[in-house]
Amino acid sequence: MTAPNRAWNTLQLNRDARLQRARATLGADLAGKALPSARIADLLHAVLECGDRVCLEGNNQKQADFLGQALAGLDPARINGLHMLQSVLALPEHLDVFERGVAAKLDFSFSGPQAGRVAKLVAAGKLDIGAIHTYLELFSRYFVDLPPRVCLIAAEAADRHGNLYTGPNTEDTPPIVEATAFKNGIVIVQVNRIVDTLPRVDVPGDWVDFVVESPQPYYIEPLFTRDPALISEIQVLMAMMAIKGIYAEYQVERLNHGIGFDTAAIELLLPTYAASLGLQGKIGRHWALNPHPALIPAIEAGFVESVHSFGSELGMEDYIRARPDVFAVGADGSMRSNRALCQAAGHYACDMFIGSTLQIDLQGNSSTATLGRISGFGGAPNMGADARGRRHASPAWLKAGAQARAGRNVIPRGQKLVVQIVETFREHMQPAFVERLDAWELAEQAKMAIPPVMIYGDDVTHILTEEGIANLLLCRSDEEREQAIRGVAGYTPVGLARDKRMVENLRDRGIVTRAEDLGIDKRLATRDLLAAKTMKDLVRASGGLYNPPKRFRNW
Amino acid sequence: METLQYRFERGDKRLASAARLVGVVSSGNLEVLIEAAPLGGACTIDVTTAATGFGAIWGAVMHDFQQRWQLADVRIAINDMGATPAVVSLRLDQAVATMLGEA
Amino acid sequence: MRSYLESTARERLQHVLDAGSFEEFIGPAQRIVSPHLAQLNAPVAFDDGVAVGRATLDGQPVFAAAQEGGFMGGAVGEVHGAKLTGLLRRALAERPAAVLLLLETGGVRLHEANAGLIAVSEVMRAVLDVREAGIPVLVLVGGSNGAFGGMGIVARCANAIVMSEEARLAMSGPEVIETANGVEEFDSRDRALVWRTTGGKHRYLLGDCQAIVPDTVAAFRAAAIATLAALGAGPAALSVDALEREHAMLAERIARFGAMRDPLEIWRALGVPAPERVPLLEIDAFIAAAAAHRLGES
Repeated sequence: MTAPNRAWNTLQLNRDARLQRARATLGADLAGKALPSARIADLLHAVLECGDRVCLEGNNQKQADFLGQALAGLDPARINGLHMLQSVLALPEHLDVFERGVAAKLDFSFSGPQAGRVAKLVAAGKLDIGAIHTYLELFSRYFVDLPPRVCLIAAEAADRHGNLYTGPNTEDTPPIVEATAFKNGIVIVQVNRIVDTLPRVDVPGDWVDFVVESPQPYYIEPLFTRDPALISEIQVLMAMMAIKGIYAEYQVERLNHGIGFDTAAIELLLPTYAASLGLQGKIGRHWALNPHPALIPAIEAGFVESVHSFGSELGMEDYIRARPDVFAVGADGSMRSNRALCQAAGHYACDMFIGSTLQIDLQGNSSTATLGRISGFGGAPNMGADARGRRHASPAWLKAGAQARAGRNVIPRGQKLVVQIVETFREHMQPAFVERLDAWELAEQAKMAIPPVMIYGDDVTHILTEEGIANLLLCRSDEEREQAIRGVAGYTPVGLARDKRMVENLRDRGIVTRAEDLGIDKRLATRDLLAAKTMKDLVRASGGLYNPPKRFRNW
Repeated sequence: METLQYRFERGDKRLASAARLVGVVSSGNLEVLIEAAPLGGACTIDVTTAATGFGAIWGAVMHDFQQRWQLADVRIAINDMGATPAVVSLRLDQAVATMLGEA
Repeated sequence: MRSYLESTARERLQHVLDAGSFEEFIGPAQRIVSPHLAQLNAPVAFDDGVAVGRATLDGQPVFAAAQEGGFMGGAVGEVHGAKLTGLLRRALAERPAAVLLLLETGGVRLHEANAGLIAVSEVMRAVLDVREAGIPVLVLVGGSNGAFGGMGIVARCANAIVMSEEARLAMSGPEVIETANGVEEFDSRDRALVWRTTGGKHRYLLGDCQAIVPDTVAAFRAAAIATLAALGAGPAALSVDALEREHAMLAERIARFGAMRDPLEIWRALGVPAPERVPLLEIDAFIAAAAAHRLGES
């Protein structure tokens, strides 16, 4: 029995109506799919409907800034109540759109630069957060219950048919466009230029509805560049412990590094310290990682065999082009990044995640949430989580899993190494180790259902500080876990309150390890161990191919 | 600025007489002046710090330092500009290592 | 290869001068600290940010001073300045072969106001007295703070200056210029512009420094030895002739380059090939490219 009188093609009809309105409004200004940048507001007013789910490319790096500004400038009397779907809130206009009443609801992943303003708008009732997600999780919902009705994306170039070249900064575009196009949504793209022939086709023109050449190239944020001049001796010491105490110990060949100076120090120690330990070819071979400039010396030294990236990094384009064996380079010679697939790689195909954080509690729960800021987590919850669906084995995965289950009557399985690397004190003598995460208070303040935790203690396998390494895999009780954490918490109140006898016992059992126990001479922990000490050193290491963005150069 | 003073008895390791200085009084850093002195076998540490209210932590760091080295007839003076305990311990150890001619 | 830029003042002395030869005057153990900073509730340094003393360089007796850029940006306070002046006056009595000043400083320590200003002017006078006594004064500039303010003037009162390209030498700081004259005149956040304008390579091309070296203590040491050997040939004292030649050079410089907006234009006018590539060149290649075109007498 079919349901009588039910229409089954409402989305198609609605799409056609929107396109009709657009054509009517733009008239002769619409040439194929292309419209002049001056008419963008007219297009958006015509094609959007109140309450629409709109996905705007605020990616981690790439920003569809022309379209974002246009959206924020719309007449809220005509278009309002939009439900924004966005990976990252990076630019002021990403919040202006809420301030002005054009948008009302938000599902997102990360808002670092705008986190304070997000909190204020939530408190003022102008922004209703559906949920904070990790990237892959957000993309997944585009294919289940949050399909975009309209997406506003950015690409390098389009041809006359609307085929798109997204190039090195492809980032989040593929799942966004697919989810929109295959639910009869509208795809609008800003491009840097319209050309006759593209270097390659990243998005088929069939999926694209409107193309606008923006007055300026789309903005890209150089998020993953770290000046080696700012790496401290303490960070060098922690990097030595990471390499000897974890990478070598577990034979970590496939990994992801979270963003930060701590991991940059590790990258710069591979060709020097790790090589001196005979680890070349044994660790750090395959990476799910953005093209970190700090990785250049390790690539040149032959440590790194492959790097697949979530996005690109400003200034690395020529270097990447010259190293197609290492990076994900197409037949046209330029890279293609893919955040969704690289996040999947980081989840399932990597044996270790290591990254930094702001706070850790006595169970090992790790959070970057601070009061007055709603920032989300980006990709960290995905990378920093055990992949329980994984089935293929590797030495690191088996060893971690065996350590976690030794002496327990459970079926064997592997486990991903999830390492939190952090100095015990942050700036202004703020302790990184706390009895109670700020996240609890933030949850109350912002009326969240549960406290926002970046990486759960259940998933954390190691905590590494300047005082040593706590191996949580080997702990067999909550008390052991708590003392192991206190045992590396240094002179913070949490660390000072340790049970000294218990911590000594944990040290005897190898649950808490000090630098001396690893045979590391602390006097060697100087910046002289870094394969590059300045931005210019990185340029030299790349043979002049790396071209750092202006803010990192003094030449 | 806050001044803190520590005195430890019952050490037994004596050092050469010439004074040594390690470190720099820059933000997040400190300088450590270490010299042999007739103190009846004691080791004294005088701290002048720009970061106030952290007396308990300084005490713990100094206690652990003396546990490591057990110095006797040594005078140590510190000018600190907000270094973390990790950096303080590092500089103190560097100061002793310099005196022992190992740095 | 040890970086000069990353080394502390004491490490620079240790590695530029003959190993183990440095004997300090008024060392930190004497705790002669600033009488002013404590009143301002600011931290002091046991040596007030400068180490002075005697040593040998390639076997020759020299006096040397090194400013610690990490402490108050190397700025000159009353005690700091008195140590420099005292060193220079003692040189008149002991007559070393040369005086080396390893400068890293923002100039006068504003916290100490007039005491700092007076100190810098006393240093200037003392440098000229040392030169007058026939003792060459050599300045090394290679720290991240550069040599600015009144101490930039002191540097140019010396017989010669050795710089690295990472170093800067000027009087007014970039932020001061921007504040006084506007961002159109000088964008202090444009770091490439700041280094083009005040950095070692530009100074070398203009003849404001006599040698440029890569950022290693070994290179600074070698250049100090070589420069002092070259200076030994001529008189150390400032002469009226030399001063008039300098004035003429400066007047011609303003006439020739005064209307230009960017050092790149100056380098082009000098005939330096591919001037836009100058900042990228390694030191050897830069010196070779500059040889036929740079200004200055040495």
